[in-house]
Amino acid sequence: MKEDRVKSILFAGVGGQGIIRASDILCEVMMEAGYDVKKSEVHGMAQRGGCVTSHVRYGRKVYSPLAEPGTVETLVSFEKMEALRYLKDLSPNASIILNTEQINPPAVNTGDADYPLDIIEYLKMHYPQVMAIEALLLAQRAGNLKAANVVLLGALSSLMDIPHAIWESVIRKSFPQKLVKLNLEAFQMGIPA
Amino acid sequence: MSGNEAIARGVYEAGVRFAAAYPGTPSTEIMEQFARYDGVYAEWAPNEKVAVEVAIGAALGGAKALAVMKHVGVNVAADPIFTVSYTGIEGALVIISADDPSMHSSQNEQDNRNYAKFAKIPMLEPSDPQEAKEYVKLAFAISEQFDTPVFLRTTTRVSHSKSVVTLSEPRVPEDKTALAHHAAKYVMVPINARIRRVEVEKRQKALQKFAETFPENKMEINDPAVGIITAGMPYNYAKDVFPDYSYLKLGMVYPLPVKMIRHFASRVKKIYVIEELDPYLEEQIRALGIEVTGKEIFPYTNEFDPGIIRSAIHADKPAAASTYPETLAQRPPNLCPGCPHRGLFYALKKSKAYVHGDIGCYTLSYLKPLEGLHSCICMGASIGMAHGMSKALKEKGKGKVVGVIGDSTFLHSGITPLMNMAYNNSDALIIILDNSTTAMTGMQEHPGTGYTLMGKEAKKVNLNILISALGIENIRVIDPNNVKEARSAIKDELASSGPSVIIAQSPCVLFKRANQKSKPPLKVDPDACEGCRSCLELNCPPIAWKKGVTKKGSKRKGIAVIDETLCNGCGLCAQVCRFGAIS
Repeated sequence: MKEDRVKSILFAGVGGQGIIRASDILCEVMMEAGYDVKKSEVHGMAQRGGCVTSHVRYGRKVYSPLAEPGTVETLVSFEKMEALRYLKDLSPNASIILNTEQINPPAVNTGDADYPLDIIEYLKMHYPQVMAIEALLLAQRAGNLKAANVVLLGALSSLMDIPHAIWESVIRKSFPQKLVKLNLEAFQMGIPA
Repeated sequence: MSGNEAIARGVYEAGVRFAAAYPGTPSTEIMEQFARYDGVYAEWAPNEKVAVEVAIGAALGGAKALAVMKHVGVNVAADPIFTVSYTGIEGALVIISADDPSMHSSQNEQDNRNYAKFAKIPMLEPSDPQEAKEYVKLAFAISEQFDTPVFLRTTTRVSHSKSVVTLSEPRVPEDKTALAHHAAKYVMVPINARIRRVEVEKRQKALQKFAETFPENKMEINDPAVGIITAGMPYNYAKDVFPDYSYLKLGMVYPLPVKMIRHFASRVKKIYVIEELDPYLEEQIRALGIEVTGKEIFPYTNEFDPGIIRSAIHADKPAAASTYPETLAQRPPNLCPGCPHRGLFYALKKSKAYVHGDIGCYTLSYLKPLEGLHSCICMGASIGMAHGMSKALKEKGKGKVVGVIGDSTFLHSGITPLMNMAYNNSDALIIILDNSTTAMTGMQEHPGTGYTLMGKEAKKVNLNILISALGIENIRVIDPNNVKEARSAIKDELASSGPSVIIAQSPCVLFKRANQKSKPPLKVDPDACEGCRSCLELNCPPIAWKKGVTKKGSKRKGIAVIDETLCNGCGLCAQVCRFGAIS
């Protein structure tokens, strides 16, 4: 089922959270589902604890791998505060999937800046759909903290009209055999009951 | 596939089996991918100039050869590039320049399209991974047809974006290598160079004609009210926001198809030239007497996105819902937990010296609170600059001028300036941060690692012997994780007269081959911590300040805490704690 309109999903978080891997999996899923897909992120210095973002865009024919500010339909924020950094990119009707994990920036660590306290309330006040997810806790239950990114993909899948079988087959292909079961469980945990 | 993976694939599909490069973001993955294909020869050269010279040599031997580098690497390689434009090649030669608008990981955002015009070398510019794969093949075909080196220019967004790429059957490589002597063509003494210079202009004319019918210069006539002339990634941004306008998309950005541009101009009413960085197309099109709108509305700086193009042409941006009212703390990239550079820069800061930095991870030590660097210009510059400053300041600079440089960067372009320091009897201190790899770009091999790009064991440069052969007498090897040792070595060598080199040797903490086991995470004893914040000066990611934890009989206003999940147990903080509170 192909839609003409190009849609944009933005992944945001901190280096080391598995953002690039998650966006790669999403791209594979959208390709399997028959869409044209482009994605873009910036490598390099970001992996040293800096901010990481990845744009994924899909539709019948995608030109730009970057979404126009103000048009992103879905934000998946791997870190709580990072969601606030990219509000300018979101459409006013955007859905937000928010991992509640808090990773302090250096200035917060040294006591020179504060970590915002009202993130979830603020987002809920301004956006129609905000799913706050304890992805670390759920990943731990699935068996490994590192699967938090796949938990968030599970949550994302609940907002998208893609057959579960496609997600499952891509996840099977994306991990070594011994990690497949764990990641499939993590994916399930992300889907709201 | 990413643009870089697609380029590697295209090179392979073109039947090319020879490539040389020096790593640099955003170009590095091209070589890493290419080296994985069957039957190829791929090497990391110590720098971009050598890489180009290696590729020229291969091409003169009849091979189809590739050289890959980031935009600033072309500066290093410019010398051979400008003259191989005169000589031409026997086989084929393509040079990839990966530019970095917005300076995601670079010190400048120079627009290397200017090099094509400057060196009179044709240049192709793809706009996405599929085109990247096809264009690199076309580049080799043009190189063979016109006996010229050809540039392929990408930008970070092309190299590092991913999209669906359709593969083709690889061409079976033909072996055309041979020793063929054509000295008058390749010995660029003035008498021959003057003859080749004329040939360059003849080739230019032929290429201009070729550009007119080059199928990747594409005209799309839609709404004739507005015509957009563009190339590379900005084409996609423009198509995204203005799908109904007319387009002239240039796949070849040098030389330009003059007739085609005139024809396009005659079919549309208003013309916008959309290009990142320099008004490179705009100036050439204006010189044809065609009226266009360009840099008066589009920015000169940074990469574009669809929003920048829309708001430059129209003001009807989609409104974002909200912006969070408070300023958010930044997340500047930082040295990793356990990074061997951290101890060295901590020790160096205590020396209060002026530190000339170089290109590598250690540039990240510039940030507060480590504040380890006071200058950083380009690859290899730290040594020459430290020497120059020390000479100019004479007594005032004695014991106060340091240059720091990584092992890969030192072998790239640090050897000559260090020889100069010995020759001209410098007083500066050079510290080589030897982490046994090219860490910043992701662990590439170099002549000091003992392995090649193809994974074979290789001769390993002995830094000690090399440096002493350059004429440096004071050489000392230290472990930078030992703060006390580092501080005393720096103090001694700054005090000694004549040039000195400290080799701070400890493998990158992310370097798998070094087989480093992380130790158990450290803890702060909340009763022993006096809240002096010494450990926070290290800017180590797991160490945080917890306000308001006071203690009877102590002035402390808080304590340090260590996040166990991030700590790798290097123990640096325990060394700087004066109260023995960390263990």
